[in-house]
Amino acid sequence: MTDPGTKNPGTVRGSGGGIDPRGPRVGAGLTAVVLAIALVTGNVWVLAGQAVIFALGSLLGVQRSPYGLLFRRFVRPRLAPPSELEDPAPPRFAQTVGLIVTGVGLIFAAAGVDAAVEVAAALALVAAFLNTVFGLCLGCELYLLLARLRGPRAAVGQ
Amino acid sequence: MPWRCPVLLLSVDSFLLRVAVLVVVLLLATSVGLVLRRRAGRARVVIDGDVLAAADLAAPLGERATFVQFSSPTCSSCGAVRRVLTGLAATDPGLAHVEIDATERLDLARRLSILRTPTVLLLDHRGLVVRRISGPITPEQARAAVPESTWSR
Repeated sequence: MTDPGTKNPGTVRGSGGGIDPRGPRVGAGLTAVVLAIALVTGNVWVLAGQAVIFALGSLLGVQRSPYGLLFRRFVRPRLAPPSELEDPAPPRFAQTVGLIVTGVGLIFAAAGVDAAVEVAAALALVAAFLNTVFGLCLGCELYLLLARLRGPRAAVGQ
Repeated sequence: MPWRCPVLLLSVDSFLLRVAVLVVVLLLATSVGLVLRRRAGRARVVIDGDVLAAADLAAPLGERATFVQFSSPTCSSCGAVRRVLTGLAATDPGLAHVEIDATERLDLARRLSILRTPTVLLLDHRGLVVRRISGPITPEQARAAVPESTWSR
């Protein structure tokens, strides 16, 4: 219920509560597989399915998204306890970025744009692949870049 | 009429092309990942760096050197870097660690060209930026970034 971090994006928090960092990485692996299938088949419904999963991860947090639940039910019991916990806000923000990328792809696909499914699937696949293989959160990096784009006034004076 | 795979509803040629595209995308992602992993935690020498004062940081400078860590609310490895640097600063009275939310200090982020978090700047005793480190940092890398004596006055 309490979800620290999402309401309070202005602060850098200490290492309070957190989630097992391997959960989002397993989720990113499943995401990558689904997006690879979307890319190879060009099937709009596969991409739409992943967009729904992104939406759930964005709304509920990665730990309660379908992949997060799969991790907790089937993977986590087989692993040793995590050495350190991770803030759930960054992977959740990355789910929102994934939702935007796949959502825009779906809109273009609905408008009949050629290869919209493939392009959106490829972009999101790069991010999911980097996350699962290298532990690099590409979506998370966008937060600061977007903040920087929003103009100099937004920063000072807070 | 080309043969169409009943499952994919695609011709074999088109299917092979798509698999080739998938392979290229994954190769690109892998090379990006390898480059970033290689750079992660490496202290790069900054030539002709900016000078930061205690007023810029809203925190006092370390007597010998200061780690200025730029973080953001959606940064997955900032917590680990914070633990490494506060741990190092605790063992050496000449070192200070200052953490700044780059999204709150966009003025500093622009001035110092901070594009990613975590980015750590290492300042000498005058506040001159001498090293720049991005990505996750191991305790060994953090220790190695601070020269033993060259900066002493």
